[in-house]
Amino acid sequence: MSDKKNWPLWEIFVRSKNGLEHRHFGSLHAADAEMALENARDVYTRRNEGVSIWVVESKHITASNPEHNGELFEPAQDKVYRHPTFYDLPDEIKHM
Amino acid sequence: MKNENLYNYILGIADNSLVLGQRMGELCGHGPSLETDIACTNISLDLFGQVRSYFQYAGKIAGDDRTEDDIAMLRKEREYRNVLLVEQPNTNFAYSIGRQFLFDVYHLAFLSELQKSKDLTLCAIANKCIKEVSYHVRFSSDWVKRLGDGTEESSRKMQEAINDLWTYTDELFHQTEADKVMVSEGIGVDVTKLKENYYKQVSYLLDEADLQVPESKWFQKGGKEGIHTEHLGFLLSDLQYMQRTYPNMEW
Repeated sequence: MSDKKNWPLWEIFVRSKNGLEHRHFGSLHAADAEMALENARDVYTRRNEGVSIWVVESKHITASNPEHNGELFEPAQDKVYRHPTFYDLPDEIKHM
Repeated sequence: MKNENLYNYILGIADNSLVLGQRMGELCGHGPSLETDIACTNISLDLFGQVRSYFQYAGKIAGDDRTEDDIAMLRKEREYRNVLLVEQPNTNFAYSIGRQFLFDVYHLAFLSELQKSKDLTLCAIANKCIKEVSYHVRFSSDWVKRLGDGTEESSRKMQEAINDLWTYTDELFHQTEADKVMVSEGIGVDVTKLKENYYKQVSYLLDEADLQVPESKWFQKGGKEGIHTEHLGFLLSDLQYMQRTYPNMEW
């Protein structure tokens, strides 16, 4: 632990049921991975919310920069044809 | 009361969880970090849940109109049967962790024996509690290691706490008259048999935490007979405040 006053931040992912994916639940402070798991167990799963926990130190997550949202995401807004909505589906296929 | 020994025996078990639960609950809003605060109050709630099961059963055995709440809230200090260890105050975080650790190791061993009880209700309660308590052991021994093997200051404080609390450990293995009768009937746990393994396990963990195993052989006792340290009275005045001030209050 480099900074003794402040524990690093960890991102917590919880799988709520077998078969579902892990979802981001929130973040918390812990001195190391083991403590992060125990803290996550107490903070996020004490009301029976989970069957599996992943923890990852927040600094290892690379996030997109909100200032670049224009170039990153806006070009996709006017390209509705990228959704597969231009096909005529046969009636027999119910759940597409 | 028809089965007074069983009644007293259950109180002896449950009062440990009640008083320790109250102590851990005192940390609510006062834990060293938000996460640890939640962990400590979680343990407190686990313990209170266990107490409810025990006292509901005790109320049934008493066979009169006393409820789980009466048993928990309306006894006098000398009628509480908890060991002295669990009533020791939260002097600092090392004391809270040390107290929890020294009790948890005993608690887990005790419950695994109680699972073999001839009394099916006690057996079922033990089955339910043992997973919670396994986690408590993991939590408290983890913290003993962190603090013992941490900074110079954390190690000194952890050692102080263990040294001070050590004198209350022997009492865990004393038997009351009710205990002896319950053991002979195959209902109770013979705690004297847990002692050797307890000290072995605790010493091993202290060693892993870079802490000294205290050598003192002078031990305090009395809690199981209702003779408590000065701390219990203050704890009870907190715990019982509502029922004493507004008798029969419900919410």
